[in-house]
Amino acid sequence: MTATPEATEATPTIVLVGHGMVGQRFLEALAARGMTATHRVVVLCEEPRPAYDRVALTSYFSGKTPEDLSMTDMEFIDTHGIELYVGDPAVSVDREAKKVTARSGEVFEYDTLVLATGSYPFVPPVPNKDATGCFVYRTIEDLLAIEEYAKTKATTGAVVGGGLLGLEAAGALKGLGVEAHIVEFAPRLMPVQVDDGGGAALLRTIEDMGLSVHTGVGTQEIVVDAEGAVTGMKLSDGSELATDMVVFSAGVRPRDQLARDCGLTVGERGGITVDEQCRTVADPHVFAIGECALASDGRVYGLVAPGYEQAETAAATIAEDEAEFTGADLSTKLKLLGVDVASFGDAHGTAEDCLDVVYSDSRAGLYKKLVIGRDGTLLGGILVGDAEAYGTLKAFTGSVPPVSPESLVLPAGAGAPAQLGPSALPDEAIICSCNNVTKGTIRGAVTDHQCTTVPEVKKCTKAGTTCGSCVKVLGQLVTAELEASGVEVDKGLCGCFAQTREELYEIVLALRINTYQDLLDRYGRDGAKGGDGCEICKPAVASIIASLAPTIGASGYVLEGEQASLQDSNDHFLANLQKNGSYSVVPRIPGGEITPEGLIVIGEIARDFGLYTKITGGQRIDMFGARVEQLPLIWTRLVDAGFESGHAYGKSLRTVKSCVGQTWCRYGVQDSVRMAIDLELRYRGLRSPHKLKSAVSGCARECAEAQSKDFGVIATSAGWNLYVGGNGGATPRHADLLAQDLSDAELVKLIDRFLMFYIRTADRLERTSTWLERIPGGLDHVRDVVVEDSLGICEELESLMAAHVAHYADEWATTINDPEKLARFVSFVNAPDTPDPVVGFVPERDQIKPDLPLLTIGHRPLEGSAQR
Amino acid sequence: MTLAPETTDLKIELQLESGWFTVCELARLLPGRGVAALLPDGRQAALFRDRSGKLYAIDNRDPFGGAAVLSRGLTGTHQGRPFVASPLLKQRFDLETGVCLDDESVRVATYEVRAA
Ligand code: SRM
Ligand SMILES: Cc1cc2nc3c(=O)[nH]c(=O)nc-3n(C[C@H](O)[C@H](O)[C@H](O)COP(=O)(O)OP(=O)(O)OC[C@H]3O[C@@H](n4cnc5c(N)ncnc54)[C@H](O)[C@@H]3O)c2cc1C
Ligand code: SF4
Ligand code: FES
Repeated sequence: MTATPEATEATPTIVLVGHGMVGQRFLEALAARGMTATHRVVVLCEEPRPAYDRVALTSYFSGKTPEDLSMTDMEFIDTHGIELYVGDPAVSVDREAKKVTARSGEVFEYDTLVLATGSYPFVPPVPNKDATGCFVYRTIEDLLAIEEYAKTKATTGAVVGGGLLGLEAAGALKGLGVEAHIVEFAPRLMPVQVDDGGGAALLRTIEDMGLSVHTGVGTQEIVVDAEGAVTGMKLSDGSELATDMVVFSAGVRPRDQLARDCGLTVGERGGITVDEQCRTVADPHVFAIGECALASDGRVYGLVAPGYEQAETAAATIAEDEAEFTGADLSTKLKLLGVDVASFGDAHGTAEDCLDVVYSDSRAGLYKKLVIGRDGTLLGGILVGDAEAYGTLKAFTGSVPPVSPESLVLPAGAGAPAQLGPSALPDEAIICSCNNVTKGTIRGAVTDHQCTTVPEVKKCTKAGTTCGSCVKVLGQLVTAELEASGVEVDKGLCGCFAQTREELYEIVLALRINTYQDLLDRYGRDGAKGGDGCEICKPAVASIIASLAPTIGASGYVLEGEQASLQDSNDHFLANLQKNGSYSVVPRIPGGEITPEGLIVIGEIARDFGLYTKITGGQRIDMFGARVEQLPLIWTRLVDAGFESGHAYGKSLRTVKSCVGQTWCRYGVQDSVRMAIDLELRYRGLRSPHKLKSAVSGCARECAEAQSKDFGVIATSAGWNLYVGGNGGATPRHADLLAQDLSDAELVKLIDRFLMFYIRTADRLERTSTWLERIPGGLDHVRDVVVEDSLGICEELESLMAAHVAHYADEWATTINDPEKLARFVSFVNAPDTPDPVVGFVPERDQIKPDLPLLTIGHRPLEGSAQR
Repeated sequence: MTLAPETTDLKIELQLESGWFTVCELARLLPGRGVAALLPDGRQAALFRDRSGKLYAIDNRDPFGGAAVLSRGLTGTHQGRPFVASPLLKQRFDLETGVCLDDESVRVATYEVRAA
């Protein structure tokens, strides 16, 4: 049974017109107040599907299905006895009789009418605006039509409007393989959110993404061919832009026709006029919420967060509680991945007497502006190119930040930037503006509701569930709160093991445990023993077993027996997975030295298999776009030509880069190429907590960039200097000098010890740089251990490495000679000859690239998922 | 009866609208590692087998990344629920219900599967 009240005269009826995002939130708010039990609730929904996440609309192109986007849980509708009429819009309202007529002819009497009809896209009245190939960008149906047309009929597309949505639409076109243009009437992109400086930085970034931007020009006419299909656009500067399709994204207008027709008051520029309770000023029985409403502060809000607040306000008012909506914040962050743009608060500095603090570097596409009040209050700001600080800054808006404003905009390196952590925020600070959640509420979720993870806090508070831009700050707050409340933060590797990686290493080594199951069943947490483990501990333990294989009596081949089931997906196929399901192939090229014959073989293979070929940042060659069933064929040819795995997929040694050194260079003092090759061949295949990189330079000019490597070697006239703990990547770190003027043999011995000590004591996915910073005593301690042998373990470290070197075998050569292993390299177990049809490619610059629409847009990877 | 089904020639079968569809020999499925199967209508299923021998089948397409790669993810158990973590961006999917453990608004299709 459902809680549907009998539709008797005694049961008051609420009719909701429009089942969009705000309409759905209104229903949830009614239910939360118990109103659905005492009222008949009727919903008229115009679209062919119930409410869905319009904010995330574009993620359809990155693989989300319309079902994924749905916001409507049919169970919710059923249990609350809501009558939902899908595909049946309201066509007229008779306020006198208090009746709504739907398109189907059905008539509903109401006691309370709520209009949540949203907006429609504004299409400028240019000739041929309705031609075949013209689209708007508002509903799932619009996207389906755009996709269909782009895939079958268009190679170029133009978006009219360079605002937030226009940029999203242009990114979508580009993702569909269409050459995309943006035409914006204003002199800059995103004119509403950013100022001129921000617009310039944004322009640069957008153009770098391969989108063409035309600002300061209007659209005058759509040009069509004899069949009436779009072929181009006439612009206000007299030029013509050839294009096969046009997407209008020139703003939205409130859908207030229904309200006008029944005599409700609307604003001069549209929008149903409501008071602070979201009640229409003309009729106390009618409410308007969301984008169709003209709020009491004289604004029509085009964002979802204010709409949600209005939904709550209307529901509370109908339930005879007190609530009001008097205005909201217009902060926005662009969802295009790869373009960091955010604006918040009083971004344009309209407050009296306010000051700007600006940092701008147009070469790097950076622009940051903060608007500060006379008393130091942060009023708002604009961030382009680097919106890292958005979450924190937005939350500080309205208060005086505890550090100087300059330090908040300066990039790292240009004067000490202040680390403004969310711990400095007051409890009232809004962390999630989409759902209006304060820091206090989030802390409460941890302290009062015993949430211990971000997903739990999200579920409990709704924070972070809409646009996602606050999730980072959310994570910091949760950790800080857990630590502050004295919760012993579990240092265990994962839910399966209470030990750290280092402790597991010691157990494996001391007890010679050589299978994962054995380790799990004996040393796993109580609930985990006998189970299937998880995606965190399996590869971590696989790595420990592989590092120690010869010593503990395990196979050194990572696909042998149980080990095959533990490897991360890349190691399992001995190749790196690409976004469309294809793989890349990277043969080892020690020291970056390669013969012309070697180059020719690689060239021939890449040509024969149609692979995209690129020189990597690691001085070798990457071939992309191999299908899983092609990997063994490609590797058979590579192995035949004398190549071996480059372990580009493994947490293991990647490359040892070199400069030409003494042999050719007039400054060189040692043979850096030979040393790089020797080191690369010595440590190849060594599994470690994270990847390992190295380089050898022939003199102090350092052309090989050795000081940015996990272990870097620089020649001196007396021998070699060894640097450790360097890192490029996200948090660059200069390596520290470990020892000077070493002979060849001393150098190798010291690196052996250093690497084995790191493998023994580091955490999972901890590069040498972070490890050095974390371990007690830091570099001095490491030097004591590996140079002075203060722990007396150096002999053991050396012999562990010697065992690795002696047992090394190329895993690709092993694989192609093992028919049972080869059987796994198929797309389908039941159709080994059929390639995966999802793996597709399109041409680009004389080569190929993956054909998966819009992978660059929409969703966020999980925290830490870049770690491979 | 035998207690070592691996040594028999059991086949993995999927329940489709049209009836049970034979995919491959049970022995092709390594515990903890998946395989992909092509279905008659062009859809793809990802099949898994856990340590206890239980079989699971879900849609092979990663709804976040778009590629058909879920069969290549790592499996495990989380609070007693068997799951596979996508090799693309690591979201985990419950092998029994198809629900994404990291974003419950997303789910992939599941299939009934048996060894016969
Ligand atoms: C191919 C290459 C880019 C290129 O076209 O040049 C590349 C490609 C990838 N890098 Fe890189 N990196 C490449 C050189 C670098 C370099 C430059 C270098 O090695 O001198 C760096 C900075 C140096 C460093 O590591 O300190 C670099 C820092 C990263 C990082 C950040 C590491 C860090 O500690 O912050 C990641 C992410 C990670 O490993 O967690 C990463 C991860 C990746 C991954 C594996 C991302 C992924 O998970 O899919 C990319 C794989 C592409 C693929 O599908 O094959 N890549 N990457 C380069 C391969 C070099 C090689 O021959 O093996
Ligand atoms: C691509 C895109 C990206 C966006 N990104 C963001 C973002 O990042 N952040 C943000 O805050 N906002 C964003 N928005 C805006 C956000 O989607 C809207 O603010 C929000 O959807 C407004 O909700 P609503 O319920 O008022 O209107 P809508 O979601 O438009 O719902 C109104 C519904 O009413 C229906 N309707 C209209 N007339 C009738 C009738 N007579 N009878 C029955 N039904 C009717 C319509 O068909 C529609 O389904 C974005 C919008 C788009 C299109
Ligand atoms: S590092 Fe020194 S030896 Fe090597 S290429 Fe540069 S200048 Fe020459
Ligand atoms: S700010 Fe958008 S989800 Fe939190």
